[in-house]
Amino acid sequence: MTGSRGKETIVAATETAGTTRRDFLYIATGAMGAVGAAALVWPFVSQLQPDASVLALSTTEVDLSQVAEGQMVTVKWRGKPVFVWNRTPDDIAKAKATELSALLDPVARNANLAADAPATDENRAGEGHEKWLVVIGICTHLGCVPIGHSGEYEGWFCPCHGSEYDTAGRVRRGPAPTNLDIPPYQFVSDTTISIG
Amino acid sequence: MSTTMSFRSASFRSSLLRPLAVAALAFGLAAPALAAEGAPKPPREEWSFAGPFGTFDQGQLQRGFQVFKEVCASCHSAHLFSFRNLAQPGGPSFSEAQAKTVAEEYQVQDGPNDAGDMFDRPGRLSDRWPSPFPNEQAARASNGGAYPPDFSTLAKARTYEVGFPGFLIDILTQYQENGVDYIHALLVGYEEPPEGFALPEGAHYNKYFPGHAIKMPQPISDGQVTYSDGSPETTDQYSRDVTAFMMWMAEPHLEARKRIGFQVMIFLIIFAGLLYFTKKKVWKSAGH
Amino acid sequence: MSGHSTFEPKNPALKWFESRLPLVGLIHSSFVAYPTPRNLNYWWTFGGILSLMLVCQIVSGVVLAMHYTPHITLAFDSVEHIMRDVSYGWLIRYIHANGASMFFIAVYIHMFRGLYYGSYKAPREVLWILGCIIYLLMMATAFMGYVLPWGQMSFWGATVITNLFSAFPVVGPTIVEWLWGGFSVDNATLNRFFSLHYLLPFMIAGVVVLHVWALHVVGQNNPTGVEPKSAKDTVPFTPYATIKDGFGMVCFLIFFAWFLFYIPNYLGHADNYIPANPLVTPAHIVPEWYYLPFYAMLRAVPDKLGGVLTMFGAIIVLFFVPWLDTSKVRSGVYRPLFKQFFWIWVAVCIGLGWLGAKPAEGGYVIAGRILTIYYFAHFLIILPLLGLFEKPKAVPASITEAVLGKNRGAAPASAGVSTPQTKG
Repeated sequence: MTGSRGKETIVAATETAGTTRRDFLYIATGAMGAVGAAALVWPFVSQLQPDASVLALSTTEVDLSQVAEGQMVTVKWRGKPVFVWNRTPDDIAKAKATELSALLDPVARNANLAADAPATDENRAGEGHEKWLVVIGICTHLGCVPIGHSGEYEGWFCPCHGSEYDTAGRVRRGPAPTNLDIPPYQFVSDTTISIG
Repeated sequence: MSTTMSFRSASFRSSLLRPLAVAALAFGLAAPALAAEGAPKPPREEWSFAGPFGTFDQGQLQRGFQVFKEVCASCHSAHLFSFRNLAQPGGPSFSEAQAKTVAEEYQVQDGPNDAGDMFDRPGRLSDRWPSPFPNEQAARASNGGAYPPDFSTLAKARTYEVGFPGFLIDILTQYQENGVDYIHALLVGYEEPPEGFALPEGAHYNKYFPGHAIKMPQPISDGQVTYSDGSPETTDQYSRDVTAFMMWMAEPHLEARKRIGFQVMIFLIIFAGLLYFTKKKVWKSAGH
Repeated sequence: MSGHSTFEPKNPALKWFESRLPLVGLIHSSFVAYPTPRNLNYWWTFGGILSLMLVCQIVSGVVLAMHYTPHITLAFDSVEHIMRDVSYGWLIRYIHANGASMFFIAVYIHMFRGLYYGSYKAPREVLWILGCIIYLLMMATAFMGYVLPWGQMSFWGATVITNLFSAFPVVGPTIVEWLWGGFSVDNATLNRFFSLHYLLPFMIAGVVVLHVWALHVVGQNNPTGVEPKSAKDTVPFTPYATIKDGFGMVCFLIFFAWFLFYIPNYLGHADNYIPANPLVTPAHIVPEWYYLPFYAMLRAVPDKLGGVLTMFGAIIVLFFVPWLDTSKVRSGVYRPLFKQFFWIWVAVCIGLGWLGAKPAEGGYVIAGRILTIYYFAHFLIILPLLGLFEKPKAVPASITEAVLGKNRGAAPASAGVSTPQTKG
């Protein structure tokens, strides 16, 4: 409020085009008002970011011992579904047999690897635990939750706009631009992962 | 008014809520009931966090946390306090690993799991401080009918009457330590009841408690907690430390508030000065 | 708002727009070219300060509503969540809580200024009444806002104030139940108070627009109470009034910041940091400081309905001040007797505020009665009679004369600054 006042003062000053000392005073006052207004805006913008309690909740532990082979469970991490899939050897073999050139998105999209890692099954599955596939259950098209064990590629099928994902969560058909994202996670033990 | 406050049956259940209730103040004018009951004003102590440049003494907060954890927390809850707070800036400045270690000492109920059962697991940083009792009724049942108040905001929920003209001077001196002064005084205010004072069954005499009959027995005494930093292990020191810790728990961003406040003040004063001269310049042409 | 605009856009695009909606012209005539009496003192900056506070409260309030939960089991904790976890949440919440008090400090100064300089007198009656409506809306808004943190004082303040309406015969108890949406202050009450607390500030903003409109129709009063007679008596709003208001605002912000950053809980009650408990009343219920004079009047009357009527009457009487003051002279500056009675009345108001914080017993009640009677006597007896019997001092012929009389030897106003003005 006062900032804009200051600017008006500057306008008034330039009109009279008086001494430089007066101009300096007007400019300094206007600048001070602008700085104050900008500083005041920051807390009101900053409050929009995820708050401390939300940030603290950003780790989820999953007990894998309860997930049978072939079973897919959904857990919540940061309010989003995460699919944890205990893949059968057949699922893994299918994923491994797919050539990278057949993929719509050749990048692994694995938060635990380099950004340009290729989308091989090794880079998609859990490190040292290739039967486990952990992906964020949100279609990369417009955010719907795909349905598991369905679609031509036997991974996921998104009911909203028909995107299909294979047994490594890689997009194979439809409007989705990228593979299902893999969240940051690690194996705390052979039967427990910690997401986030 | 004050006489109706005397210690009687069910009304005593709220006794721990009473000091602040009695000392409720608007401009520090309220509650002559306090004076009528003869509770003396708590002495004003030196606090590191008082005044415009006040900051918490991290060593003191760590000791205070130790006292809270080992003594107070067995009866008092702190339901707004999370383990992660221990490692946040402006507080006792434990490392995240230390805070994690503290959290893991506690079992926290979680669930339901896939079988539909609740289960206990070690605490995490995001967990709230576990309450010693499952609910208020259980807390009362274990404490002779009195409810040990929650610590989360307690340092701001207690005060005492300052009176005229002190309450005006407090604006200028920025005195905001009513709560901590009262709590410290209370913790060191246990005495033998004076001759002729009818102390009710199960109550204890405290010089600073309104009505003097408090259900909480003297909570801490010399040598009860072992400090590792060589600070004196006295009731007075314990109560200072735990009170400072309570202040931080009630106002965790106190340091940031005072720091930003100083920057804002400097800014506003310079800005006001510039505006003053600009105004003078502008008005000069009006011949005023 | 001040009639014909002297604004003539040069830019063709702006010209095109202005011929269809003269928005910039309206702003120009209202806040740039608008003629302001040249002799306004700093008490006149409080109108601008109040606008600033209204914006401050609405902006901080909208942000708080993003994080607050209006439910009895969550309200207290959600406020503490703002204080602890939300980025700068503590700052925004303290701005809002202390801002309410600052708003009232400013509005009381603004009202006292109006009463001293006779700003309510013809032709400014509507302007004055709109101000009284804003004040009433502010009281309602602040009351409901204080309930939202759902502390002990929130709960018991809400209980006591809503129970005021039970004093009305026949319909009273039903009104109270309808206010509560139940049989006590409970979740339904909290929910509706939150809704209304969000609504009312925008109604205030609406009435403020009318208030400013009315102001720009009749023109500002000034310390002499003499209407501007020539261009020499006024200066354009910008830059003269804007820069002066700006300076006043920043000084006020320094005062605000003192409370906000260093003693943010000084103006509140410690009890409100205890979650609401419907089974235990705090020993001493005290409203927020800005209601204390009215609270004292409520308790001064031994009858329930009488007390409530007295309290509301104390505000209603303000609406009639333009007709209760019979003096021909507008400004208190030239009214020696009025001046004394005015300051006595100010002291009475402060005294009532002091008594409002005291328990309703013994000498306090008697003092409360005397001051309440005086409060009403000031408006109903003293003001009408003063106009008849007081001998006012000589009023200057014009504002310029008054200004020059004060600054003898000062350079006369250069004709260049005051653009030709037509009032109204």
